[in-house]
Amino acid sequence: MEAEVKDQLVSIEKPELIAPPNWEPVIMGILCNWCSYAGSDLTGTSRIQYPPNIRIIRVPCSSRVDPWFLIKSLQTTADGVLVSGCHPGDCHYISGNYFARRRFLVTKKLLNFVGFHENRIQFSWVSAAEGPKFAKVVNKVTEDIKKLGPLHLYKKENFEK
Amino acid sequence: MARVGVFVCFCGANIADYVDVPQVVEEVKRIKEVKFATEYKYMCSDPGQGMIRDAIIQYKLTSIVVAACSPRMHEKTFRKALSDAGMNPYLLEVANIREHSSWVHQKDKKAATNKAMDLCRMAVAKSIANEQLHEISVPVTKRALVIGGGIAGIQAALDIADARIPVVLVERSPSIGGKMAQLDETFPTLDCAQCILTPKMVDVASHPYIELIPYSEVIELQGFVGNYKVKIKKKASYVNFKTCTGCGACWQKCPVKVANEYNMGIDKRKAIYTPFPQAVPNKPVIDAEHCTMLLKGKCGICAKVCDKGSIDYTMQDEIIEREIGAVVVATGYDMWDPTPYEEYGVGRFKDIITSLEFERMVSANGPTNGVPVRPSDGKVPKNVVFIKCVGSRDEAKGIEYCSKICCMYTTKHTILLHHKVHDSHAYVFYMDIRAAGKGYEEFVKKAQVDTGTTYLRGRVSKIYKKGDKLMVRGEDAQIGQVVEVEADLVVLATAVSAPKDNPNLARLLGISYDKYGYLSEAHPKLRPVETAKAGIFLAGCTQAPKDIPETVSQASACAAKVCGLFAGDTMKKDPMVSSINNEYCSGCQNCLNACPYGAIVTEDVAIGHGSKDLRTVAKINEGVCQGCGSCVAICRSTAITLAGFTDSQIINEIVSI
Repeated sequence: MEAEVKDQLVSIEKPELIAPPNWEPVIMGILCNWCSYAGSDLTGTSRIQYPPNIRIIRVPCSSRVDPWFLIKSLQTTADGVLVSGCHPGDCHYISGNYFARRRFLVTKKLLNFVGFHENRIQFSWVSAAEGPKFAKVVNKVTEDIKKLGPLHLYKKENFEK
Repeated sequence: MARVGVFVCFCGANIADYVDVPQVVEEVKRIKEVKFATEYKYMCSDPGQGMIRDAIIQYKLTSIVVAACSPRMHEKTFRKALSDAGMNPYLLEVANIREHSSWVHQKDKKAATNKAMDLCRMAVAKSIANEQLHEISVPVTKRALVIGGGIAGIQAALDIADARIPVVLVERSPSIGGKMAQLDETFPTLDCAQCILTPKMVDVASHPYIELIPYSEVIELQGFVGNYKVKIKKKASYVNFKTCTGCGACWQKCPVKVANEYNMGIDKRKAIYTPFPQAVPNKPVIDAEHCTMLLKGKCGICAKVCDKGSIDYTMQDEIIEREIGAVVVATGYDMWDPTPYEEYGVGRFKDIITSLEFERMVSANGPTNGVPVRPSDGKVPKNVVFIKCVGSRDEAKGIEYCSKICCMYTTKHTILLHHKVHDSHAYVFYMDIRAAGKGYEEFVKKAQVDTGTTYLRGRVSKIYKKGDKLMVRGEDAQIGQVVEVEADLVVLATAVSAPKDNPNLARLLGISYDKYGYLSEAHPKLRPVETAKAGIFLAGCTQAPKDIPETVSQASACAAKVCGLFAGDTMKKDPMVSSINNEYCSGCQNCLNACPYGAIVTEDVAIGHGSKDLRTVAKINEGVCQGCGSCVAICRSTAITLAGFTDSQIINEIVSI
């Protein structure tokens, strides 16, 4: 059933839109203050290098992340979004990341249903001690988004064409 | 219209080497809200902060962006600079161009510069939506909770109480004292543990500022720093402590015998018991798992012999609630169970015992009156083999760390053995001797000379039985040969492990723990007694293995932290908390479930101005709110805002690049 519906959907992803030369994706990284943001700081302090495509936004907790932020990012500036929080069980706010996890699962399904490739939105758990892991996550996300190419269906210039 | 000032920092060479700072400044100047932008070598330095102060006044700026290191580093510094210039400190935004750009894109200056520009644009866009915020002042409950009544908990409780701050001391077992009460003598001074500990235990019981709640456990903690509410389950003792005089008639007559935990099961105690003669409080409790009266309704002897009528078989568990402001966790450690060492024959050979069992045997108040004996036949051993690092420093068996105290207590054991059995000989198999501590190395050296102990550097590979002796086969790495020692008794220096209940306790308190189960400190070097949750502190082995002097130091450090926290009548709290717009609230109450702190309640308000009809809306207690924003994202009518992280601020960031 699900597969049938998928086939009928017109995907927002348009593989025929070839990325311009030297195209670099923009990735919006929304990180929780206590684990992932601190982890990304540690990546910096440890001088671990990663691709420069990510733009980081600090929020207190992954549960603060409204699905709206993800949609707005994809709609306006970003080719992909990474949301990262504390490991399950380690939330600074006791249970916030569990809310986030459930919310993202639904958001991902919704965006997938609308036609976004599932790799456009990614989630990870990075603790304050996991500097190398943060670099690894960013590497992976950047690679994934590069493979998918630019996302500009909803962008203004695309409508004008 | 917003007037933003942007200050880009070189951070010496840290930023300037990898990001073209002047170009970033030129770029941000093109943003129409930016009225002033400049660069400086060290923005955090006094002249750097002075530039911010001067520019605020000169250019009438309405918000400030500092592009420098992580806000986790210097946000406070720059906020203070804003306050000094008479500006609301929360109108500051920090663009993290060091940790998030210059340090992580060192090979591509152009990309790093572009990214730094974007980060500045985002910060400028966010700062435009910043609002003036004011610190919240919340009252503090000046009472501390100490969990665990070992030496750590005792020391912390006494130090806090001596500062005339009330303390609630919760201990799980019937008596305080902990592991230290089980020790005979302590290294490196060979002080009798009982002699230095029991006076402190009595002090705790008699201190006017300490409320001792033994035989109980913490089951719930709510609230936040300065304003916690704790629920304590007081287990039914079946003895009325108010009338009991501790005469001991009950446990002398009790017919039920149970393995004695205090003596590591070497002898028996009764079903109604005090853990040890010097127990505080010195009142017996009934062990409900073994008492035949409680299990089958038959017996009742203790009630018959009690003159005071203190025995009450109908007693129920009781829940006690206390309001407290800070928590000291001092739950100690467990001795690691050496069963995985099958090659040693643990469990098969009776004459292999653990160090704590040996400690009880050589203890003057122990089950064998201070003389070590072989559990198999009761004979006094002559040749005793001590094996160190049983469990510790052994990845295969699950504990990679050094337990820190075993080298020293094994040295002590060789001395105690020598004292109690003069013609004995001790052999010690060791990996390294780690005697770092005041007087420790001297103690080890002296013990080696005085006792004539044979130290063999190497691991034991096998223990097998030969007649009534144990043959210990191991390697002496210094001569490169396999050696065998004939032993009457083998003592395993088992590792220190985290209390099994620590993960549960950590979840209950909302703090974190490491892979071994030790509770995590906020910073391993600079904040070793605090946890990541404000107002919760760690003392003793619950954080990591440590000896008594270190435990006592950490406990006193906790006390200092608690006293510092309680120094004022109110506490300043971050204003980044949620608030609800009643007009928009539909009263769905989804936020009530999302809030992990119970900070949201409902209230009834008039439907319209002057109307008598009421409707239910949500209301946030800003003193309780910790500012996670979980309610904001769950609110379907966008009635809730989180100060400092409003929807407009974050959306501004998203659309700005």
